[in-house]
Amino acid sequence: MSVLVYTESEEGKFKKIAFEAVSYAKGIANMLGTKVTAVSINGKHTDQLGKYGASKVLSVSSEQLDNFNALAYADVIAQAAQQEASNVVIISSSANCKYLAPLLAINLEAGYVPNVIELPFSITPFNIKSNVFSNKAFANSEITTEKKLIGLAKNAFGIVESNTSSIQENFSPVISEDNLHTKVTSVEKSTDKITIADADIVVSGGRGLKGPENWGMIEELAETLGAATACSKPVSDLGWRPHSEHVGQTGKPVSSNLYIAVGISGAIQHLAGVNSSKVKVVINSDSEAPFFKAADYGIVGDAFEYVPQLIQKLKEFKSNNA
Amino acid sequence: MKILVCISHVPDTTSKINFTDENSKFDTNGVQFVINPNDEFGLTRAMWFKEKQGATVHVVNVGGPETEPTLRKALAIGADQAIRVNAIPTDGFFVAKQLAHVVKEGAYDLVLGGRESIDYNGGMVPGMISKLTGFNFINTCISLEVDGSNAIAAREIDGGKEIISTSLPLIVGGQKGIVQESDLRIPNMRGIMQARSKPLNVTEPIDSNSEINFDNFSKPDAKGSVKLVDNVNDLVELLHNEAKVI
Ligand SMILES: Cc1cc2nc3c(=O)[nH]c(=O)nc-3n(C[C@H](O)[C@H](O)[C@H](O)COP(=O)(O)OP(=O)(O)OC[C@H]3O[C@@H](n4cnc5c(N)ncnc54)[C@H](O)[C@@H]3O)c2cc1C
Ligand SMILES: Nc1ncnc2c1ncn2[C@@H]1O[C@H](COP(=O)(O)O)[C@@H](O)[C@H]1O
Repeated sequence: MSVLVYTESEEGKFKKIAFEAVSYAKGIANMLGTKVTAVSINGKHTDQLGKYGASKVLSVSSEQLDNFNALAYADVIAQAAQQEASNVVIISSSANCKYLAPLLAINLEAGYVPNVIELPFSITPFNIKSNVFSNKAFANSEITTEKKLIGLAKNAFGIVESNTSSIQENFSPVISEDNLHTKVTSVEKSTDKITIADADIVVSGGRGLKGPENWGMIEELAETLGAATACSKPVSDLGWRPHSEHVGQTGKPVSSNLYIAVGISGAIQHLAGVNSSKVKVVINSDSEAPFFKAADYGIVGDAFEYVPQLIQKLKEFKSNNA
Repeated sequence: MKILVCISHVPDTTSKINFTDENSKFDTNGVQFVINPNDEFGLTRAMWFKEKQGATVHVVNVGGPETEPTLRKALAIGADQAIRVNAIPTDGFFVAKQLAHVVKEGAYDLVLGGRESIDYNGGMVPGMISKLTGFNFINTCISLEVDGSNAIAAREIDGGKEIISTSLPLIVGGQKGIVQESDLRIPNMRGIMQARSKPLNVTEPIDSNSEINFDNFSKPDAKGSVKLVDNVNDLVELLHNEAKVI
């Protein structure tokens, strides 16, 4: 009967979104008058999950699951849901979770709502609010199946502590060879850089920066803030920056705490992908740039003048607050 | 190789999003509909397989008669044949059930869909089709090569990419990268003329339920106006004390 939550980890370390997902699961469990069970695949220090409300943690450790495999991971979560007789299953919105979610939904025969931003309005009927139309609107929908799969949008609910003593159990699902036809042969990943998906702060540059040779200050600003770097679509189409940095409606979504846009006009397709960031700052020389209508704070001015000053000021701020 | 490209018919990215009937329906008034951008990348890759590897390319949409111009556009770009499953797409599960049926009936080897459609952002239809048909599945696919029944693909992951080896039959959720922006094709006059005489078959839906009811929609509150500052000292102070993000 418990609410089941999948807690994603990377190289054994839980992601922040996993803690957020447990916090959210605890919120639903309270509404249902039940408890939270977390399932973890190759995660270490699973006792941490109690802090956010997990009463039980099912730990899977398997070398076969070292590389992410959507079909196999979905199968593991489904088996955990079955064991716990869970009718409500919570996952995050990472690339991996979005990959496995539709497989899990079919597996469980559960209605799936992605991009969920709040606790349900009601449990019977099960009514829930989610982002649609690339963050330009919300849908209130009802999940009509007995089982429900909820994909929680990043940074929507937040991490909430609720010290719970948690039982740790080993869980040994059946991993079918049939699930392993799709194999990862290599992974290319810059390990020293903060990813857009994980970052609390994202610093993004647009065509206003004139050319790739001017990105030094964007990288330095990002480094000073411990932020990830991103860019607008034309910047990646022009090859100034890698495609993996392209954010917006057709690129990566950003839902960080702070998004700093430098020399970006704020076209509707760009804003659609970054609007769910909590606080947006824009630096643009044109006071008419549409981004000023979507931003919280702005400087109308030349990036080449203000960005170096901002870096300087932030360095001072950091050493004063260290 | 027989390829099926799933085309979702969506409002153009610049559309104003409004709702009617007490906020229960998307307001299509004045809205231009287009091929979902993620599907257009997949369709363009399918054209490459057609031209370089002799593949046959069909396109499919689950929707009412109003989606036919979108399917004709896909034919004008070069698809050989279109299928419209005559049903209102009530939720992702319902659409996936219809498409899984089309996939099985048509004995396709490769199905190209998009990472997500830009209207409901479900990101679920291709994955569900794969589970319903037993096809292999790769999501957020940014490159795809097929050699006989083997396929090598790259998938975008948070912070990098993975190279994946798998086999046909296969379904992918594609996005920019599977072809580049500059590879996209604008239909020419000849293509548009030819599209008129290519088959567009309408089939009736199979029996299926939906799992999600979209009751109503709302829009975010209008944003308060931006606070402009003219120096970085004020900015840092506001970000620290007011916004509390640094
Ligand atoms: C189907 C479709 C999908 C799209 N998807 C995306 C998407 O996902 N993401 C995306 O970003 N775009 C997307 N776009 C493109 C989008 O419409 C815009 O063209 C793009 O966002 C503009 O990028 P930009 O702001 O960097 O460039 P520009 O619009 O050229 O703006 C540059 C800005 O820099 C400012 N500037 C110039 N010099 C300086 C200076 N010295 N200091 C400070 N500011 C300066 C200018 O005032 C201007 O506002 C899409 C378009 C389409 C049609
Ligand atoms: N009504 C539809 N008809 C055909 N294909 C669809 C339809 N809806 C979704 N798809 C396909 O599924 C992908 C993901 O859509 P979604 O799950 O709705 O975000 C789209 O990019 C299309 O390739």
